[in-house]
Amino acid sequence: MNPAFSVIFLTTLIGAGQGLFLALFAAESSWLGTAPATGAALYVRGDAIALTLLIAGLIASFFHLGHPERAWRAVAMWRTSWLSREVIVLPVFMAMVALHGVCHFSGNVSCVAITGLAAAILCLALFYITAMNYVCIKFLQEWATPLTIVNYTLLGCASGFTLATALAAALEPALAPALARWALNLTLAAAATRIASLLRNARLKPKSSLQSAIGMQNPRIVQKSQGFMGGSFNTREYFHGKTRQLVQSVKWGFLLLAFAIPAWLLATGASGQYAALAFVIQYIGLVAERWFFFAQARHPQNLYYQAAS
Amino acid sequence: MTQLALVIDLNVCVGCHACVTSCKEWNTSGVAGSLSDANPYGKDPSGTFFNRVQTFEVGEFPNTQTVHFPKSCLHCEDPPCVPVCPTGASYKREADGLVLVDYDKCIGCKYCAWACPYGARELDENQKVMKKCTLCVDRINDTSLADEQRKPACVLACPTNARLYGDINDPESIVSKAIRENGGYQLMPEWETKPANHYLPRRSASAIDNELSRKVEQQRTNPLKPTGAPAKP
Repeated sequence: MNPAFSVIFLTTLIGAGQGLFLALFAAESSWLGTAPATGAALYVRGDAIALTLLIAGLIASFFHLGHPERAWRAVAMWRTSWLSREVIVLPVFMAMVALHGVCHFSGNVSCVAITGLAAAILCLALFYITAMNYVCIKFLQEWATPLTIVNYTLLGCASGFTLATALAAALEPALAPALARWALNLTLAAAATRIASLLRNARLKPKSSLQSAIGMQNPRIVQKSQGFMGGSFNTREYFHGKTRQLVQSVKWGFLLLAFAIPAWLLATGASGQYAALAFVIQYIGLVAERWFFFAQARHPQNLYYQAAS
Repeated sequence: MTQLALVIDLNVCVGCHACVTSCKEWNTSGVAGSLSDANPYGKDPSGTFFNRVQTFEVGEFPNTQTVHFPKSCLHCEDPPCVPVCPTGASYKREADGLVLVDYDKCIGCKYCAWACPYGARELDENQKVMKKCTLCVDRINDTSLADEQRKPACVLACPTNARLYGDINDPESIVSKAIRENGGYQLMPEWETKPANHYLPRRSASAIDNELSRKVEQQRTNPLKPTGAPAKP
């Protein structure tokens, strides 16, 4: 596939926003192994930043549409379409994060508990729904695996917890070491599952072939003409046109930027002093990761577009 | 339930692209139009088409065959492009099984095109909506046309009659017979999309020869043949 930057920014930005919210929720629920934060500053600002990331992701997604003014129509087919479900759940989650921040600001404890739990459930649902957009296309074999769901969730959580660590280091230093530990563990877990999917995809055998594409059993089939000499939607949308070396260097690049360097920064700065730098590097790495995710997927339609003349 | 479809005889297609140009001509001026072109007379021309004819070389030299292969939307009976559409712009018509796009509802998200393994959908870069073969829905439903004209433009244009059109769910239709008698097959059966369009395989020249001589022999020795009456086609 030809990676679309609108979708790359949508998925990485909302992933980080979702992870950041989960980190705040874990902190206020005392799941980090430390006492919850004393003041509301971390939560109010954290929710505001999470919301900003979610809004930025939503704005990026509009650049993917030919008719953004009709985007509201996308809520219609939630019974069958994962994309429609995503379009519904994302704004509801955003509203709940905003409410959660307001509740923290006003200091209403029960309101915080209810909105926090609701937003956490929506957040996990959103990870699942976003990933299912890719998992459900069964002939994009690189995507059609439960590993895609695990990766979307863990990668989002890793970047969100790293950002939460950076926030805590500035606003609530008592929480920072615990958050840094979580961010490190999530980064390492995400590295493990992403490498697992890289290994899986390297061994993947495409189910479709030129033989099944045109329905002839002869082992030697060569395309002589794709029917036109210039380009078309089919040659633009599904081919990234980059060299093998470039794709491979993006892979090693994201392994370094999204996992190795942030993990090292989080491990050395145990009280989160390098977490802001770690987040910036990790986010760049995740943009590269998502680019690779799209570029690696081989669409069966490409079998029909192998030779111009 | 009716399921309209094309059956394309690869034994007969000569790769003349008449179906491509007639499709473009009809549909750029019809309800699906316009099918915009970018840079049509420039260095890298590009445009929206519903139908393409591709060419493949099959076999090892000197035993090779040149296969001309027309490709358009297959109007799958289980179309993967339809359930993924978030707006319902992409739909399969109950009455005749056509897979169509409502251009007024399409938001141009391209998700349906990702979900089609055949690459049958093309985004119109000018109107920014997804387009695809409609089997000339505005011809076949036009009651003001004569019956023999109510067929897709590509079918009418084909000089070798390589394109058959009809209802594959009617066992007596021309397409059902062609599929049954000539081993009609579907593309990429591994994805279980159940394409309505079928292709008739290449037959070797000797197989056709044998078939012809068998028919001639059958006619010659037919005891029921009325003597002296001219053979009817």
